Amino acid sequence: MQGRIHSLESFGTVDGPGTRFVVFVQGCPMRCAYCHNPDTWDMNGGTMMEPAEIFEQYLRNKDFYKNGGITVTGGEPLMQVDFLIDLFTIAKEHGVHTCIDSSGIAYKPNANSEWLAKLDHLMELTDLVMLDIKHIDPEKHKELTSQPNDGILAFAKYLDEKHVDVWIRHVVVPGITDDDEYLYKLGYFIGGLSNLKALDALPYHTMGKPKYEKLGMKYKLEGVEPMDKNKLIEKKEVILNGIRARRKELGR
Amino acid sequence: MRPEWKDFVGGKWDKEVNVRDFIQRNYHPYDGDESFLAGPTQDTKDLWAQVLDLQKQEREAGGVLDMDTKVVSTITSHGPGYLDKSKEKIVGFQTDKPFKRSLQPYGGIRMAEKACSDNGYEVDPEISEFFSTHRKTHNAGCFDAYNQEMRACRSAHIITGLPDAYGRGRIIGDYRRVALYGIDRLIEDKQEQKDSTGRVMTDDVIRLREELSEQMTALKLMKEMAASYGCDISKPASNVQEAIQATYFGYLCSVKEQNGAAMSLGRTSTFLDIYAERDLANGTFTEEQIQEFVDHFIMKLRCVKFARTPEYNQIFAGDPVWVTESLGGVGVDGRHMVTKMSFRYLHTLENLGPSPEPNLTVLWSTRLPENWKKYCAKMSITTSSIQYENDDLMRVVHGDDYAIACCVSSMVVGKEMQFFGARANLAKCLLYALNGGVDEVSKKQVGPKYRPVVGDVLDYDDVMDKFIDMMEWQADVYVNTLNIIHYMHDKYCYERAEMALHDRDVKRYFATGVAGLSIVADSLSAIKYAKVEPIRDEDGVIVDFKTTGDFPKYGNDDDRVDEIAQMIVHKFMTAVRRHHTYRNGIPTTSILTITSNVTYGKATGNTPDGRKKGQPFAPGANPMHGRDTHGAVASLSSVSKLPFNDAQDGISNTFTIIPGALGKEDKVFAGDIELDLNK
Repeated sequence: MQGRIHSLESFGTVDGPGTRFVVFVQGCPMRCAYCHNPDTWDMNGGTMMEPAEIFEQYLRNKDFYKNGGITVTGGEPLMQVDFLIDLFTIAKEHGVHTCIDSSGIAYKPNANSEWLAKLDHLMELTDLVMLDIKHIDPEKHKELTSQPNDGILAFAKYLDEKHVDVWIRHVVVPGITDDDEYLYKLGYFIGGLSNLKALDALPYHTMGKPKYEKLGMKYKLEGVEPMDKNKLIEKKEVILNGIRARRKELGR
Repeated sequence: MRPEWKDFVGGKWDKEVNVRDFIQRNYHPYDGDESFLAGPTQDTKDLWAQVLDLQKQEREAGGVLDMDTKVVSTITSHGPGYLDKSKEKIVGFQTDKPFKRSLQPYGGIRMAEKACSDNGYEVDPEISEFFSTHRKTHNAGCFDAYNQEMRACRSAHIITGLPDAYGRGRIIGDYRRVALYGIDRLIEDKQEQKDSTGRVMTDDVIRLREELSEQMTALKLMKEMAASYGCDISKPASNVQEAIQATYFGYLCSVKEQNGAAMSLGRTSTFLDIYAERDLANGTFTEEQIQEFVDHFIMKLRCVKFARTPEYNQIFAGDPVWVTESLGGVGVDGRHMVTKMSFRYLHTLENLGPSPEPNLTVLWSTRLPENWKKYCAKMSITTSSIQYENDDLMRVVHGDDYAIACCVSSMVVGKEMQFFGARANLAKCLLYALNGGVDEVSKKQVGPKYRPVVGDVLDYDDVMDKFIDMMEWQADVYVNTLNIIHYMHDKYCYERAEMALHDRDVKRYFATGVAGLSIVADSLSAIKYAKVEPIRDEDGVIVDFKTTGDFPKYGNDDDRVDEIAQMIVHKFMTAVRRHHTYRNGIPTTSILTITSNVTYGKATGNTPDGRKKGQPFAPGANPMHGRDTHGAVASLSSVSKLPFNDAQDGISNTFTIIPGALGKEDKVFAGDIELDLNK
């Protein structure tokens, strides 16, 4: 099935292990205040592309991706499960490492069984999910992203059951997602996941701001300073403490 | 074997001049990491502080601290110069004091005079008179032989940057020979070479015999010059300090006599490591001492300076010397050639701080040891001072003892040399094709009066035909101009010191170059895939374009336009190959205007790709700025499709990336939760 594509990036170094070919899909239901790709929100924009056409571009430069692979990000990749299945089927036929960078928002535990069966199939083709948990607290999550987080947290557990490797990503925004209590809670939650391979604490930056101006949209975090790198290391430690506590309880 | 060669494994090299054989039999590949390296000594710090102070004084003085206006620079023209004699472990300056620029009029007296006057100095009138009346220069020779067309092309900048008024450079002497064999042995060798020339005195034989005599004179002077510093280089070097010193003296002689556009060093580190390993094993020197020798050597290379005019500095964006040193690479036997000395060279960027000179160039192969790759990456990130070149590509052509001259020109050290040829402005050539040889800026008929394009929309096949015809003409006038230049350079400004450190029968590359490749590729792509309407001025000369619709742009791994770029390079090279070249040089071309792209842009009118008159070209083989929209790999991929066979003098790509885009800082992100948790 064709995918709705925002753009292709041939040199991704921050979207999974190694140097990666990155597919940005078009369309996302989340409205994260700090999103630096607001141009990928519109569900009707982008260009329709065949999975084979995209993979052909990967193959052209496969030597660059020997220690990497292919990552689909966006936008929200899981809004286009059929496309992902087709793309990753080809990728796995070629032995390519596959990764999805997702907010988990598309996952609903009570979704119809047909969709869930497709998701199960997709996860068999997926080597790594980078799950971006925006906020551990349901209310704060809604404030920040306009969406609830119950499905997202359920998705984390689902991935655990399916034994899909997970990197948890969390953007630390001064005054918004840097509260120690919530960071610890986040750590405590992900400490319960046995498939957790890495924690990626990302410093908030303002590089997305010009895009809002260009699109004539209001930038919600006007005046919020970029996250200080040294402070970020401390904040990451708080999350790690949460993980340690949970793991201790679980006897891991 | 000679006593200086004790403990070395013998071979062909101890019977004939053959540095490669010596290296291959004696070097030890190093797979370890950088932890063995030593920091700077107090003497190093003191000397470097002195250099920094001189640099500051030089900047404050407007770019030049001191110039020689009376003494014509030769190997022995100046007495010894020092920063602080008691602290310098490696000695030697171009003149009798650091930062004093030498007077080199053989390339052209007017250039030498202008370099002085522009910096507030005046060449001694007697010298000016001598080089205008009694001793002809390279520059005067060229203009005696140029025809009208060559002069017109030169003024219009359709061929540009020609080395007809200054040293052509790009020749690398095998400076290691001075260390390994000592001067006396090299003179004997040259005498044998001279005795073995043909007996029929044709032009070629006469010239060869005269050149070999010149080379022997240079070798004798090298010995004298070294003696003035209290060093005896008549015999082989007996330890690493002497080996570095002798190698440097060889290089120093060449920059005392030649102010070439690129005066590169070669491939010395693995050679010198053999001495260092022997000294470490015998307890002759400690690691700290060896690093100190290297630091002082590199410091000297950073102080090489030439008298230049502001225009020259504008072409080359600064005051570069291109002291290129090639590091690493892989041998033809499959062993990599990284040694501890390769690490020591890069380590100078830490001990002395980052610097563009010497131009440390890593010959990159996928088969280099992991620790070396990591160290290179680390030093690139912290100093932005390393150049990389594809060893896997060049080794096929040049083997494992080649080096880079300037930025990309590869040649086997001591066995191959090149005649540097500046470049042809292809973007302007395309405009000449459209306008029937009329220059779009001056409106003069510079090129041949071919039929210009007619009609309101440019037709791809028509433009392509005309462009190829015009390129044939351009290659013709270009190669012939270069024939004159190199004839005159050999005659009036011969590189006796560098050539003394070459074999008798060298392979000569006849280098040409092109500028504006990405502009031409995008322009032709626009004509083919979009609609391009020419806009003519009142004289009917096309001076601008209206382009409607989108078109594939070079730099996005899109074959539709990348194939146009490949074809242009191939067609140009084919045109060059058709011509007679001076001394039967093997024609090559390069795509490498790293800095002069700005000046070339100034001289070139609007182009169909949307570039405006005066705007810079992209550097080298780079895509035009901002037109590569699919990320670095796609951009590099377009460049990598250019045929090396048709551009053997090198293809350069300038790549800038913010550190954050190369991966996250390891402090913030380790990528392994277990590591994070166990911290």
